[in-house]
Amino acid sequence: MEIKKISEYMWQIPKTAGMNVPAVIFASEKLMEKIKQDKTLEQAANVAKLPGIIKHSLTMPDAHQGYGFPIGGVAAFDSDDGIISPGGVGYDINCGVRLLRTSWGEKEIVPKMGSILDAVFKEVPAGVGRKGITKLSKDVLFEVLEKGSNWAVSSGYGKKEDLARTEENGCMKGAEPQTVSERALSRGMPQLGTLGAGNHFVEIQRVDRVFDEETAKTFGITNEGQVMVMIHTGSRGLGHQIASDYIKEMENRLGTEGLPDRELVNAPIQSELGQKYYKAMSCAMNYAFSNRQLITHWVREVFGKVMGTNEGMDMVYDVCHNIAKFEEHEIDGEKRKVCIHRKGATRSFGPGRKEIPEVYRSTGQPVLIPGSMGTASYVLVGTKKAEEISFGSTAHGAGRLMSRAQAIRSFRGEKIKQEMGKKGIMLKSNSWKGIAEEAAPAYKDIDEVARVSDKAGIGKLVARVTPLGVMKG
Amino acid sequence: MKKYEFLEHTADAKFRAYGKSHEEAFSNAAQAMISVMADPAKIEPKEKKKISVEGRDMEALLYNFLEEFLFLLDVEGFLLKEIKKIRIRKTKKKMPYSLEAEAVGDKAGKYDTHGNVKAVTYNDMKIAKSYVQVVVDI
Repeated sequence: MEIKKISEYMWQIPKTAGMNVPAVIFASEKLMEKIKQDKTLEQAANVAKLPGIIKHSLTMPDAHQGYGFPIGGVAAFDSDDGIISPGGVGYDINCGVRLLRTSWGEKEIVPKMGSILDAVFKEVPAGVGRKGITKLSKDVLFEVLEKGSNWAVSSGYGKKEDLARTEENGCMKGAEPQTVSERALSRGMPQLGTLGAGNHFVEIQRVDRVFDEETAKTFGITNEGQVMVMIHTGSRGLGHQIASDYIKEMENRLGTEGLPDRELVNAPIQSELGQKYYKAMSCAMNYAFSNRQLITHWVREVFGKVMGTNEGMDMVYDVCHNIAKFEEHEIDGEKRKVCIHRKGATRSFGPGRKEIPEVYRSTGQPVLIPGSMGTASYVLVGTKKAEEISFGSTAHGAGRLMSRAQAIRSFRGEKIKQEMGKKGIMLKSNSWKGIAEEAAPAYKDIDEVARVSDKAGIGKLVARVTPLGVMKG
Repeated sequence: MKKYEFLEHTADAKFRAYGKSHEEAFSNAAQAMISVMADPAKIEPKEKKKISVEGRDMEALLYNFLEEFLFLLDVEGFLLKEIKKIRIRKTKKKMPYSLEAEAVGDKAGKYDTHGNVKAVTYNDMKIAKSYVQVVVDI
């Protein structure tokens, strides 16, 4: 496969047979070496073959091999003639990250970290097969799917101000619960308000470094040592089932002939089936927004109990990592409505966009990039340049480097916990193996991912945060 | 002969499950998938479940069969130990492949579990004579 270097942080796979557009990769030499080691590039080229794709198939700096689309894949499709693909969103629909600021410094929180983590562990159900809010009725679940965070806040989970600081204000408008299967509903019913397992976490962090003081201030980040809380989870079994249901339905109704990969199965965006998937996916997005909203509420309660108050625990932002939605983008000088797929990528809109909260309209939106367990995470700010070259998108995390099986063979959970303890990081998890699987060396270097995003101009550095306490699912 | 083995995959779990028949390979695949989250040897055979799935082809049948155990785990907290009986049939219906099986396992809450299989995928899926290969999203 021919790969051309366009600039220091941009590469291109030229359009060849079967591809409708070229593929573009945002990476440094160092990240490119890793990206080349699996099927990421082949998958990016496959995406370029889909009908109605506009301009280019994009790959973010943290990309790795996925199924259908690579993880870290972004593509825009014509809103009339294009397609929508469940494999271009992923199984964990609206897996995302939320960041809360606090008014505490680390010196006030560290001595109480044990009690805080224990209490978070008690309040937020995590792990395999753990149940969430008990006895959620189908009527209530329908409301969650329709209203997202609006349901959570009006039911007493959180503050009104949280809504404006959530992507889409915490509610996808096109959601229609009737498009969600009974199977997906029954998976969703016991799991609302659960963290899940794998790479999902609640992390108590300290601001380690501020790169851009003014923007940081607008985001509520005031000084180094300030304590923050990050929540990473998604739409749980409900979202997984919706993805799987619609992959099957598209296969059964439209077939898979001519597709370079079975999981690129798709439907014309304006077709009945395409619309139905969009509405169901929007339900999963709303479920995920509510899920993070509930966990936010419980985390605030824990701090309130342990610290005596939770004043100042305001949301910085809540971003989605796995979505498809309609956005307006300028393409070759013309404003067009397109269906954007971001699979393992974060929206990175610059100043002025109407979609971002008013408080951030002069700076650009906060972009939250979680690191791996025990490493730094980043707060970036969206840019005009991202809108020009990456459909307003950037990276979403560190990106895996090592298989989970290899990580279990290479590391021991007990030892990882000890080593993190030496660095001043307290860790709580259900499982030693789970810790080994998520060990930092199993991931790419988050500092490099954030640096490349900044240098490529698709998300500028604002602050680096490091963990003090981690609760892993 | 070993029942299954895990292969290298950056992000997800990829395994090959062996068997003298597709039935045996499918059964071992279900166990391999659950082994990502728990040790099947430690799970007690306390509950019995009847499984019945269909598929447009053998790949879809395997996908649907495996997905059933993720569904049962989420909804009923049922953690699979092993497949006791299994039968795959080809019919002349619209969904030509069908599978019926009997599974045993226990409530997940009692065991040490880790990681989370989110979904079965078609990525790199292979149905060979003596094995099946699957990548699951975790």
